[in-house]
Amino acid sequence: MSGLPPYATTGQRAWYYSFRVICGLIFFFLIAPIIVIIPLSFNAQDFFTFTPEMLAFDPAGYSTKHYEDFFTNSDWQLALKNSLKIAPVATLLSVSLGTLAAIGLSQSHVPFRRAIMAILISPMIVPLIISATGMYFFYSNPYIPTPFGKIELPFTLTGTYLGVVLAHAALGIPFVIITVTATLVGFDNSLTRAAANMGAGPVTTFFRVQMPLILPGVVSGGLFAFITSFDEVVVVLFVGSAGQKTLPWQMFTGLREQISPTILAVATILIAVSIVLLFVVELLRRRSERLRGMSPS
Amino acid sequence: MSEPVIAADGRPLKASLNRALRRQKMRALALIAPLLIFILVSFVMPIADMLFRSVENEIVSETLPRTVAALDAWDAGSGETPDEDVFNALYTDMALAVEYKSHTRLGSRLNYETTGIASLFRKSGRRVGKFDTDVYTKAFQDADPRYADPQQWVAWMADDSIRAKLPMTTSAYDDWAKMIVEAENDVPSEEEPWDFVYSALYNDAVSGAELPVSVDVSGITPVSLRTAFGDIDDKWLNPNVWRTIKTYSPRYTDGYFLNSVDLMKGAEGVEARPENEQIYITLFIRTMIMSLSIMGMCVLLGYPIAWLLANLKDRTANLLMILVLLPFWTSLLVRTSAWKVLLQQQGVINDILVWIGIVADDNRLELINNQTGTIIAMTHILLPFMILPLYSVMKTIPPSYLRAAKSLGATNWTAFWRVYFPQSVPGIGAGCILVFILAIGYYITPELVGGTKGVFISNRIAYHISSSLNWGLAAALGTILLTIVMVLYWVYDKIVGIDNVKLGG
Repeated sequence: MSGLPPYATTGQRAWYYSFRVICGLIFFFLIAPIIVIIPLSFNAQDFFTFTPEMLAFDPAGYSTKHYEDFFTNSDWQLALKNSLKIAPVATLLSVSLGTLAAIGLSQSHVPFRRAIMAILISPMIVPLIISATGMYFFYSNPYIPTPFGKIELPFTLTGTYLGVVLAHAALGIPFVIITVTATLVGFDNSLTRAAANMGAGPVTTFFRVQMPLILPGVVSGGLFAFITSFDEVVVVLFVGSAGQKTLPWQMFTGLREQISPTILAVATILIAVSIVLLFVVELLRRRSERLRGMSPS
Repeated sequence: MSEPVIAADGRPLKASLNRALRRQKMRALALIAPLLIFILVSFVMPIADMLFRSVENEIVSETLPRTVAALDAWDAGSGETPDEDVFNALYTDMALAVEYKSHTRLGSRLNYETTGIASLFRKSGRRVGKFDTDVYTKAFQDADPRYADPQQWVAWMADDSIRAKLPMTTSAYDDWAKMIVEAENDVPSEEEPWDFVYSALYNDAVSGAELPVSVDVSGITPVSLRTAFGDIDDKWLNPNVWRTIKTYSPRYTDGYFLNSVDLMKGAEGVEARPENEQIYITLFIRTMIMSLSIMGMCVLLGYPIAWLLANLKDRTANLLMILVLLPFWTSLLVRTSAWKVLLQQQGVINDILVWIGIVADDNRLELINNQTGTIIAMTHILLPFMILPLYSVMKTIPPSYLRAAKSLGATNWTAFWRVYFPQSVPGIGAGCILVFILAIGYYITPELVGGTKGVFISNRIAYHISSSLNWGLAAALGTILLTIVMVLYWVYDKIVGIDNVKLGG
């Protein structure tokens, strides 16, 4: 598809250009819905479509009142605060446990490697509604199964901050495992041996030699885990209570019950966040490839 | 024979190596262990709990233990109401259940199987304490004042020989004492036993047991509990209600699974549910068909894009890739709200169509709250999951193959269809399974844009958890869905391998 040869027939030319048009339309389908809500969020009216003033580019048709609403409304502020309280802690939990496990998994002789991998990846595969159902049942009445029957634990995790964090950490772990193991595939183990040879203990080796090299993978896994928690609504709907209402939850109820244009303002802010995340992940990926390219294989 | 090679520490080298290997394995496992335990507790156990709940049915035998035991002798196929013994057992069970307030929960549980039982249990719960069984209490207490003495009861019930002679009384008294402590926060030795204990005592006496203080029971006019329950509601005299209780009395049941495929346990084994209650098969089929259409749409739209990206110069391809990755990274709720806004009757798409003149203003298209809405929005949401695996497969197909085919005389179409397409099939397979797995379990988007006709099985699961509170059925539906996904996942693992799951292209 690299350019049209000069000898192309009219039919080939027609196909070449119509194919490009089709692709353009599909790209439009992918991106337009996201782009369209950005101007709509500046609507001065409480409508969800372009008003005549907006189409005429009349400044009176635009306003930032939906943004003001977002930053002053206590419901939205509480939701934002909850999201910012839950996602980082869940991310920290999944990144720290996930990185350790990924390092363990990438060693050469791991018994039951496939089975362990399958279990660790499963939160990504199991539909969210099923995870949410199971967590709702189990977290509301946790128990330790023994051959002699259940030992019921005297506390409940549903409706608590801890419960939501645990659930979100579990959902984020597959992403950390996948990205970190992918980074470790190219890791040269003679580096750790060299470090050990020069008298570094396992902890020093990990933090001074291994960690800097796999850091891009760890960070991008962390970003995936963060966005999973930050964007997650099904599990928090089931496991959380009104006190753990997150931003997506508030958007969900907003869309279902009283649809207000403030949602569009929130959506625009989240789009900006995702653009930033996209670029960070892309930069990290390139950096990781460069780092791995540097180490002799 | 050569001597075994010795390592520096004097042990045979082989043993030394084995030990080192074992230590390495242990270290790897020690690194994995914290996460594995974490996932087992926070994720695997909840799933196992859900699977267990789909067959668990302890509520009937826990709430009505005596009734369930007494029903053993009753033939469900006889078409007759059970005899007085069963009603006696029911009386004791109900009187206890009312104090624990568990009779309403049991009522709503059995109501899933036979409608009307919930109100029957509520109604009976209110009236079960007002039965005429106080004649027994009076008769015993009048015959001998020791029967009214709580301390004396405690002493009797501590005596094993008396316990053995009065089985019904013992069991009624024990549960009563337990209830007094747990539900009433009182001490049994200070409380006079309730009517149902005396009623059990009377039944023991009538069946010939020797009483601790002999009382002539022949003078007491028996109270027919069967009539008493029948007076509350004649449903108690309906064998169908009893059949339901008996059918669902075992500790484990396949009833929820039968329910999730529109079957039920009838008088003669498994039978179809009434026409107006058959919804799950339709819902499963609809979920399948809609997931398949979304998958088809994704292939249709994703294939040209992946082809274009794989065959453009790297610079341009990377730029265009942003258009694919941006939706991928954008919050699901943002994309769903975008579609909700766009597809409304007064929304942007309808406005544009009206403005162009394709659609009349008074005849705007219904694009949302139906299947169309769900399919459009979900195709958009899942399209990146199709494009990314397709792209990574197409990237590995050398463009020289197409040129070779053309130079051998193939037309553009033949070259594509016979040479390029077969090589891209693994990518299509991977993308299709991925999209299908994701689509079949979707909840948020169908809930918001699907209305009533465009919802999936997952929405029904959520409904049973939060609204109808039929958790067992929700668990059974979830188990079926999980099985389907696991089978597809296994296929995906065979084709692509879980180790090859890539994120973000």
